[in-house]
Amino acid sequence: MSTTQWDTVLAVAVDDDRDHIQGPAEAAVTLVEYGDYECPYCGAAYPIVKDLQARMGDKLRFVFRNFPISTSHPHAEQAAEAAEAGAAQGRFWEMHDLLYENQARLGDQDLHAYAEQLGIDVERFDKDLAEHVHAPRVREDFMSGVRSGVNGTPSFYVNGARHDDSYDFDTLLAALERAAA
Amino acid sequence: MTDTAVDNRPGPLPPGTEAPEFRLPSTPDQTVSLSEFRGRPLILAFYPEDWSPVCSDQLALYQELLPEFQKFNAELLGISVDGIWSHIAFAKDRNLHFPLLADFEPKGDVARTYQVYRATDGTSERALYVIDADGIVRWSYVSPVGINPGADGILRALESLEEGG
Repeated sequence: MSTTQWDTVLAVAVDDDRDHIQGPAEAAVTLVEYGDYECPYCGAAYPIVKDLQARMGDKLRFVFRNFPISTSHPHAEQAAEAAEAGAAQGRFWEMHDLLYENQARLGDQDLHAYAEQLGIDVERFDKDLAEHVHAPRVREDFMSGVRSGVNGTPSFYVNGARHDDSYDFDTLLAALERAAA
Repeated sequence: MTDTAVDNRPGPLPPGTEAPEFRLPSTPDQTVSLSEFRGRPLILAFYPEDWSPVCSDQLALYQELLPEFQKFNAELLGISVDGIWSHIAFAKDRNLHFPLLADFEPKGDVARTYQVYRATDGTSERALYVIDADGIVRWSYVSPVGINPGADGILRALESLEEGG
């Protein structure tokens, strides 16, 4: 579908120490998503990824990287930093899920409430957000996406190659199964 | 590097071409001309129309990347055939803080000069130009109209300028 003249491949390889990863390192196929917590299309993709994980089990490794487009989504940057603040306390995926399950409620009070709900150190969480401690990390993700040819959200990469097709369940599953075969 | 033509249109002006001078409105009472940007790199982003979904995403992405472009001392100009009042409303609605030029009268004149006008649609292509400090085209690219070209190509072109490539 896409015909950009550059190879649209993941510019920064998945890093076990740095990336947020679900699924085993030796999985047959790796799906990387660049996403924005306030983007409605990413919200639509969220349950699809969950379904793919349920279907494929240990065959699938899933990686999420931040790509907040604040110009369009005023809460996206702070939400991404909230997910990273959760990660700093070992709870990235729980926060990630809460954010996507509550996309319409991403104000500062809401983020604070999600931290309380997770039972993490809320004082530290609030301080991280107020001081934008995780902004450099979010920007790093964002720029790695730009260099990988991300042009909107969500953008998916299957074993490092950009998935330039629909991200409905059947299409993505077929692409993942093909890559895993 | 501009090997993307899939039909018989001539394709954008190739690297090495002197970028044609233009002067277009950027506000109701101001104009911008190419020659004002001599001495620094310039990115021209031709896009089909204000308000269309892909354009909005593309320009929002470029807005996010203004600090990266500034690292190269590069300026960004958006250009479409829309009138200046549409541009003003569009920029305000989408939080865009770079100039949008109105290639409105004669309609599409600059797009034609840059060989990126789509006569069948009455709009320009979705085309990118990176012009160097001497006013020479260093990179040009036409994206399929429905596809957001992203920004990696722009950044690579700016990097190769810095490297003296």
